[in-house]
Amino acid sequence: MSYEIKLDVFEGPLDLLLYLIKKNKIDIYNIPIALITDQYLQYLEMLRSLNLDLAGEYLVLASTLIHIKSRMLLPADEESEAEEEGDPRLELVQQLIEYQSYKEAALGLDSRLLLERDVFARGLYVEAPAETEKDEEDIELSLFDLVASFQKIVSQMNKEELLEINGERMSLADCINEIMERLTKEQNLLFTDLLETLRDKRKIIYTLLAILELMKLRMIKAYQTGPFGVIRIILAVGGDGEG
Amino acid sequence: MEELKMILEALIFASEMPLSAEKIAQLVGEEDRKAIESSLQELLLEYRERQGGIHLEEVAGGFQFRTRKELAPWVRKLKGVKNSLTPAAMETLAVIAYRQPVVKAEIDNIRGVDAGGPLKKLLEKKLVRIVGRKDVPGKPIIYGTTRKFLEVFSLKDLSELPTLKELKELEER
Repeated sequence: MSYEIKLDVFEGPLDLLLYLIKKNKIDIYNIPIALITDQYLQYLEMLRSLNLDLAGEYLVLASTLIHIKSRMLLPADEESEAEEEGDPRLELVQQLIEYQSYKEAALGLDSRLLLERDVFARGLYVEAPAETEKDEEDIELSLFDLVASFQKIVSQMNKEELLEINGERMSLADCINEIMERLTKEQNLLFTDLLETLRDKRKIIYTLLAILELMKLRMIKAYQTGPFGVIRIILAVGGDGEG
Repeated sequence: MEELKMILEALIFASEMPLSAEKIAQLVGEEDRKAIESSLQELLLEYRERQGGIHLEEVAGGFQFRTRKELAPWVRKLKGVKNSLTPAAMETLAVIAYRQPVVKAEIDNIRGVDAGGPLKKLLEKKLVRIVGRKDVPGKPIIYGTTRKFLEVFSLKDLSELPTLKELKELEER
């Protein structure tokens, strides 16, 4: 499980393009390039203003569109040139249509009777790292793994959402107590659980420090279901916590 | 032949994967292949007529007992809801299913994005496998679907995949 933030709505630049084409009720065999390019670029701007990391492919398609647009603007030579070159949109259109047919194929596959969803068999299926309660393949984490994971989570957080430090006094001890309380109540927690609702930058850091401290004191343990898996925090067995 | 039918039924039930007629023939001994075939057909018919909670289905080149789709809500209560494939993974899977054997670069091109993540997931779930390496510079890995893919998507074999609509239209233009 990778910590990718993807724009859920679009599966990529081609998907976005198809969406725009559909939205504008455009005939895919006769795309008004100027219009589509403008809308596409507008979308990219919006996505970037939201501070989302765009896959490079979005930019590649942007330049492709602009390139096509410029070719279409060139004066059409009634003679040989135009005919030889053909419609500059053609390659893109073919790519779009091909992508669309696979998109449909994917929907087609999903509409079938799927095993373990619509129909069930008697067999036992050993699936890839599922999020089961007692996963014996858990790897106990080192402190370094935890810090690396923390870095990843924080870098994914929308920076604008991390508020300024408010004046509230808090201490590491408070955080430690909070975590221990939650763990005793909920038995096990995901690393992301502890961090996801926090907005205060200082609180986030304190929470991490608290986790590290508790691990050092061997009062809690952290497990990961394989590389890049979710991280679980549990109370260490036999540890008698404070209050 | 009644006993043969019983044996087949028991074998198919006990098997964790769809059981092929060949495998059955192996297990049962040098039994007359025709006899096995006809017993299987009888079994299929019986279960169909029984109209019970389980059917005998032919998938992935073999036979398997499966619950009736109308009863899914009940069985889900028992088994819980499994995490399904993301649209990206489904698209990647579709490309591989229809174009196999295929290399990653081809998949990337068709979808317009990197297929690395979905590909890894599909390999983990054993829906997709490495078939070999292409004999070109770089020796890129070639991918194809697995038997499990057929099983999960309730296909007898790859030829059962519906044809790609739009591609046909494009060719006709």
